Amino acid sequence: MTGLPALFYKELLRFWKVVVQTVVAPVVTALLYLLIFSQVLEGHVEVYPGVSYTQFLVPGLVMMSMLQNAFSNSSSSLIQSKMQGNIVFVLLPPLSYLEFFLAYLGAAVLRGLIVGLGVWMVTLWFAPWQMPQPGWLLAYAVLACAIMGAVGIVAGIWAEKYDQLAAFQNFLILPLTFLSGVFYSIHSLPPFWQAVSHVNPVFYLIDGFRYAFVGQSDTDPWLGLLVAGACFVAISALTLMLLKRGYKLRH
Amino acid sequence: MSQTNPAIRVSELRKRFRTTQALDGVSLDIQQGEFFGLLGPNGAGKTTLISILAGLARADSGHAAIMGHDVVRDYRQARRALGVVPQELVYDPFFNVRETLRIQSGYFGLKHNDGWIDEIMHHLDLTQHADKNTQNLSGGMKRRLLVAQALVHKPPVIVLDEPTAGVDVNLRRSLWEFISRLNREGHTILLTTHYLEEAEALCGRIAMLKSGRVVALDATRNLLQLTNEHCAQLRFDPESVPPAWQGRLQRDADGCWRVNFSDYGELETLLADLRGAGIRVTEMHLLEPDLEDVFTDIMKRT
Repeated sequence: MTGLPALFYKELLRFWKVVVQTVVAPVVTALLYLLIFSQVLEGHVEVYPGVSYTQFLVPGLVMMSMLQNAFSNSSSSLIQSKMQGNIVFVLLPPLSYLEFFLAYLGAAVLRGLIVGLGVWMVTLWFAPWQMPQPGWLLAYAVLACAIMGAVGIVAGIWAEKYDQLAAFQNFLILPLTFLSGVFYSIHSLPPFWQAVSHVNPVFYLIDGFRYAFVGQSDTDPWLGLLVAGACFVAISALTLMLLKRGYKLRH
Repeated sequence: MSQTNPAIRVSELRKRFRTTQALDGVSLDIQQGEFFGLLGPNGAGKTTLISILAGLARADSGHAAIMGHDVVRDYRQARRALGVVPQELVYDPFFNVRETLRIQSGYFGLKHNDGWIDEIMHHLDLTQHADKNTQNLSGGMKRRLLVAQALVHKPPVIVLDEPTAGVDVNLRRSLWEFISRLNREGHTILLTTHYLEEAEALCGRIAMLKSGRVVALDATRNLLQLTNEHCAQLRFDPESVPPAWQGRLQRDADGCWRVNFSDYGELETLLADLRGAGIRVTEMHLLEPDLEDVFTDIMKRT
């Protein structure tokens, strides 16, 4: 694991050098969602008894921002390195595939958590303070960022052009996050779409993370944790297998 | 790092990319301390061979080892022993020169490497650009940074893939002085280049690749004697070519007559014919074959 700290540090430094784009911008975007949706729906929609719409929305927005930014960090770093050709700088040294995985994953998780914290902090001005349950909060936040960080590694390795990565993001990541109950409870959906939502792993992440804040959820948070854990194990296994084989990296 | 291990050992290496056989059973040993040239036309397999040594590509069959470490099984030791200057002018636009070199050192587990980093930056004239973003470096400086990156871990074996392509004369000269110094200090150098005069001047031994096969492998001076094509350059007075030699004698750019021959007897016949026709030879030079002649000759014959 001799080279792991350096690769992790390089990945952190990379997004930190463009912090406006990688942290500030997503926080502002989430704030816009909050302003618009809570303005329109506050007072009209009460998903759970005793929970205002803004209180309901905030955890969903925090989670959505974490998911998208964790994915974005590993995938854009890899595609840029591949397009520019400087990926050889990490392929030539004696870094193992496990070090490669942990460094990119770790940086993605950290970026996701920083953005999530930022979104949460700015929303405090608009929603009453509620002390979340730290265990659930951390478990879901870290697992969610880790899953998306790993998906980002796979996407970054697989994509050969920027538009392939954009397709991955627009046709997979974005629908999965939007159609997962960020803005609504899936119980307000027709039965068919409720069933569809239950096979979307992102739904469990948002539902469980929201449970940490409001103490209510659409499904049992333990079930959600199980689903999230299984997803992480599966996507990590896939990522490690691809990295070990050198898929699209070592020809 | 036993003295008995060759710096690079490649045996029966084969690699196929879809329809092309990039390497078709390449074997060669490069001893420690050699300055070795790998020549061949585009697509001969030079870069594929280097990629396999560096772990950027995997061979279909055969073995490769750096300082006795198999590049697949003992990849950590193999890569620690190897510094590669890639052909493409790549850089990471997020970092400056010093950050780039520190991070690269970190990949090899070297935490306090600033002394050596300063030294390589000094030798490669990068010191005054240490805080410059790599994006803002000129092509020549980017090339020097790539050389510096390949050296951060003091590898005993250094591979340079076309390092002087598109590099101006001054930089090329200073680069070669630096590389030659590294070689004198004991580093093994493997070089691919299109500039055959560079290879002739620098390399003690040369392998020529064609279509994934080694078609020549010898000391540079032996290779230079390999070709039996000689060339004579003459001036004579009056300038009328004897009928038997029309077509064989060609005007060159200097306004002299040139003739290619493989047997010195032919030269004797030419001189006799000229004398017989009452033509006086005023000047004659025998041109030694250079690596380019040998290269062209070998590529034609194989």
